[in-house]
Amino acid sequence: MHTLLSIAIDGIAYGMILFMISVGLTVTMGLMRVINLAHGGFAMLGGAFTHYLMKSGMEFFSAAILGVIIVALIALPLERGLYRHIYKFSELQQVLATIGITFLMIASVNLWLGSSLLVITLPESMTGTVDLGFRSLPMHRLIVIGAGVITVLGLYLLIEKSRFGIYLRSAVDNRETAAALGIDTSKIYMLTFALGAALAAIGGILGAELLPIEAYYPLRHMVLFMIVVAVGGMGSITGSLLAAVGLGIVDTAARYLVPDFGTIVFYMVIMFILAIRPNGLLGKT
Amino acid sequence: MSNISPNTIPNTGKFSWIKYLKDRPLWVDLALIAMAVACYFLFPYSLAFVTRVLIVMIFVLSLDLVLGYAGVATLGHAALFGTGAYAAGLFALHATASPILGLLVGACAASVVAFVSGLLLMRAHGLTVLMLSIAFAEVLQEISNQAGSITGGADGLAGFIMNPILGIFEFDFIGQTGFWYVLAVLIAVFIFLKMVVASPFGLAARGIHQSVVRMRAIGTGVYWKLVAIYTLSGAIAGIAGALSAQITELVSPEVFATSFSAEVVIMLILGGMGRLYGAIIGTALFMVVHHTAASVDPFNWLFVIGGLVLVVVFFVPAGLLALPAEIKRRMGRPT
Repeated sequence: MHTLLSIAIDGIAYGMILFMISVGLTVTMGLMRVINLAHGGFAMLGGAFTHYLMKSGMEFFSAAILGVIIVALIALPLERGLYRHIYKFSELQQVLATIGITFLMIASVNLWLGSSLLVITLPESMTGTVDLGFRSLPMHRLIVIGAGVITVLGLYLLIEKSRFGIYLRSAVDNRETAAALGIDTSKIYMLTFALGAALAAIGGILGAELLPIEAYYPLRHMVLFMIVVAVGGMGSITGSLLAAVGLGIVDTAARYLVPDFGTIVFYMVIMFILAIRPNGLLGKT
Repeated sequence: MSNISPNTIPNTGKFSWIKYLKDRPLWVDLALIAMAVACYFLFPYSLAFVTRVLIVMIFVLSLDLVLGYAGVATLGHAALFGTGAYAAGLFALHATASPILGLLVGACAASVVAFVSGLLLMRAHGLTVLMLSIAFAEVLQEISNQAGSITGGADGLAGFIMNPILGIFEFDFIGQTGFWYVLAVLIAVFIFLKMVVASPFGLAARGIHQSVVRMRAIGTGVYWKLVAIYTLSGAIAGIAGALSAQITELVSPEVFATSFSAEVVIMLILGGMGRLYGAIIGTALFMVVHHTAASVDPFNWLFVIGGLVLVVVFFVPAGLLALPAEIKRRMGRPT
């Protein structure tokens, strides 16, 4: 019982981190049909800026918020200048181009902050444990889960209820028709891209305890983020949420219960899911 | 994706090997071999690196078959290379240390793995293939990590010493025998692949790349053809892996690394996929740039590789071999 609860809490928290980082990837893939392997780089950049700002004396919350804003501001011109051309590429060229961008991101952070671990010290209010009466839980996991839930609700409201969401959905369904109806699709693309990058940055900062920030972060965890999208189904936010939380729990459970075979179990589950549902859990066929 | 040059597609109905070989000048091949031999004499102290390049060339050729000819994008080709390496290493350790037999064992083991994984991979498309192929390689890497009693775990498989090739040529310390051995295997593989890609089987692979629907319409069993191509590619990747195990006499779980799979894809695109010479040129260029950049500035060489990849994808998407045609096209059509 004790282990089960630990697995559930850790697994869901891990899943929420995966979701926050990958959701931008899901949307850009569904919208722009671009396989962006560099997406994890935004999570890393978020963490790197936060680390740097905190080292310069800022406290955690303002450093994190500023870090996320900086990442969004970097994403905007990147989309305009670089990614715009990549949308037209074939799948394989996209993979290569975005690997190239990943390399450049890694090299830049490596040059700027070195290849050591970029520690983000959480404030006291986020560490420690919370007593629930029958047992206590780590505060950090609860905050992560809370942030994940807020992200899900926020995205739901943004996409289902706002005008921007209507534009976004119509552009996903059919870009030409949306453009013909007077929707500025290229602006939608740019904003969506920056939003995805910002969410990844939040995920990177909050998840630094589970996925430590360092220069090679985007390459090390690239597969993980892509798998969430592939399993969830391209373009499906609900699918990503299901996949991220499901895989988070599977991974955590495998590490708790069969520590030696954790990775094997994790990838076996993925192969099984993709074998029966090649387009992902909620992907369109 | 469909801009494959049709320059080697024979247009006669009946296929003739003699006519095929007669039509093709051999000077390019001879020049390439001469360059390899020249490297042997020019860089006697870097033979280990030169030999490594030749081994990776064989591996990239095997990838070209799947990616360049059949058009299936994978990021887990190292699974097959690694299988060949471990199979050859284990065979040398427990059965016999004969190099040639080791190559065969590596080829067989890797083609079995390719066949089994191919059954699953070739059903999927796009992103799913990429992810599934990565998953296969990761599982194999983890198995080699965990099964320490058999594979040596994270320390790698070591402790085997290869017998002389054919019982005559002994492996020496500076790797001279190794170089000639690998070069001979590379030439054999290259000739074999030249025949494969010009055969009806190779043409079917190109056909699938260009239009699956039409290939189905003319009665090709696309799925099984792809599995067959992947299995063949696995055999060749297995040979490359076996060579690497035999030359270094060490196999570590790193042979399955996804970054290795990604690097060979970059090499192939760099040279030009769907062309055997592209695999050769791309590998040589990428590995030399990588090697030089990493030794000149071990901290910032990723800038060079990242920049190189972006330049290729943006400006010569069809690879370096298409560069003359690309320049001609841009010059011919003033904008």
